[in-house]
Amino acid sequence: MSQSIDTKKAGKIGKIAFGILLVILGLLGVAAFTSNSESEEKGELNIKEMIFGHVQDAYNWHITTIGDKHISISLPCIVYGQNGLDVFCSSKLGHEGHYTEYNGYKIAEEGNYAGKIVEVSTGKRPWDFSITKNVVSLLISCALLLIIFLSIAKKYKSNGFCKPTGLQAVLEPLIVSLNDDIIKPSVGKNHKKFTWYLLTVFFFIFINNLLGIIPIFPGGANLTGNIAITFVLAALTFLLTNIFGTKAYFLDIIWPKVPKWLKFPLPIMQFIEFLGIFTKPIALCIRLFANMFAGHVMVLVLVGLIFVFSQLSVGVGLGFSVVSVLLVVFMSLLECLVCFIQAYVFMTLSALFIGMAQVEEEEE
Amino acid sequence: MLSILLQAVAAEAATAKLGAAIGAGIAAIGAGIGIGKIGGSAMEAIGRQPEVSSDIRSNMIVAAALVEGVAFLAIIVAILALVM
Repeated sequence: MSQSIDTKKAGKIGKIAFGILLVILGLLGVAAFTSNSESEEKGELNIKEMIFGHVQDAYNWHITTIGDKHISISLPCIVYGQNGLDVFCSSKLGHEGHYTEYNGYKIAEEGNYAGKIVEVSTGKRPWDFSITKNVVSLLISCALLLIIFLSIAKKYKSNGFCKPTGLQAVLEPLIVSLNDDIIKPSVGKNHKKFTWYLLTVFFFIFINNLLGIIPIFPGGANLTGNIAITFVLAALTFLLTNIFGTKAYFLDIIWPKVPKWLKFPLPIMQFIEFLGIFTKPIALCIRLFANMFAGHVMVLVLVGLIFVFSQLSVGVGLGFSVVSVLLVVFMSLLECLVCFIQAYVFMTLSALFIGMAQVEEEEE
Repeated sequence: MLSILLQAVAAEAATAKLGAAIGAGIAAIGAGIGIGKIGGSAMEAIGRQPEVSSDIRSNMIVAAALVEGVAFLAIIVAILALVM
């Protein structure tokens, strides 16, 4: 009897959660709408600015634009140039369109360093340790990760083996299935040495991807769509694979078990295997970056199409906005799926690469 | 014929956009064919042995992600051709 009440409650909660998700995703269209009210007169070139403004890093976190007023959080700039260390608020450097100079630094308008702080005297970049939008998003997601997982760990410590409740119940099946179905078979004997990295990388990528889809502060910073972040993650996989690779693994690269003519006198297989060490992590990096970047750009393009169409006439624009909001909701739901799949694939491939490097010495 | 080609090459921005668009289209064709084949053989395998369908599903997703990764590499090259 109590089981039927539980399933009814779960069904209701599921429906409410889904409804809230749809409303949030619909708000994405509205949020982009209000933040771009100036582009109606300016023309198509502004669409490119809007898209790149949303997916790139910035020295302030722009939340929305009401009429003519920009509502944004100015983040601190920390630069180390010729005059030593300088810490100041980024609002001193001016806003988009009218950049001002401060203390010998300004934001470059064009060229290689467009949008970044350069020294006025030399035109080059100083050491830039500023807390930019991506850094704040990184800190927020790390805080979220720590809160979630430390609270679950505390529950295990205090309660031990008993029925999981709350957040524990949601995450335990996920963690256990990832560990048993992917990490243990892929990594092999020494799986306990690498479980910490693989699970951390999965949840880091998953939570950052999800935060990127949320249209409003504290989400919405395109962190995993930034090639620097994915490069570091891929570099970590590369380091773990090769530092803990066994001797047999490196021997297989230098003298693989293939017919003699492929390795001597022309080292064909060696060259291919050596390239393979680097191409696998590079593919990891580009796969995650491209998936997230393309997803964000597609949603922004669909919203921007409203403005392109409304240049023909207001009626066409209003009519198309219905279609566009539906498309944006669909794209965002697809993006939720892609978030999970990309984190899953990154972790699976990292586990596979680490496992392939743990080659056992064969007794002939 | 040659003069048309020379004119086209001289208008660099236009050829870049044309090349980028064609490249992105070909990348989409490649990804579509690849993932279509993966999905098709996964469906056949599930039809033969429905009890291992979850195993097949996870392997299908991994293979599809690998193929998509290569397609995205082509997309990045197309975007670079467009903006640089």
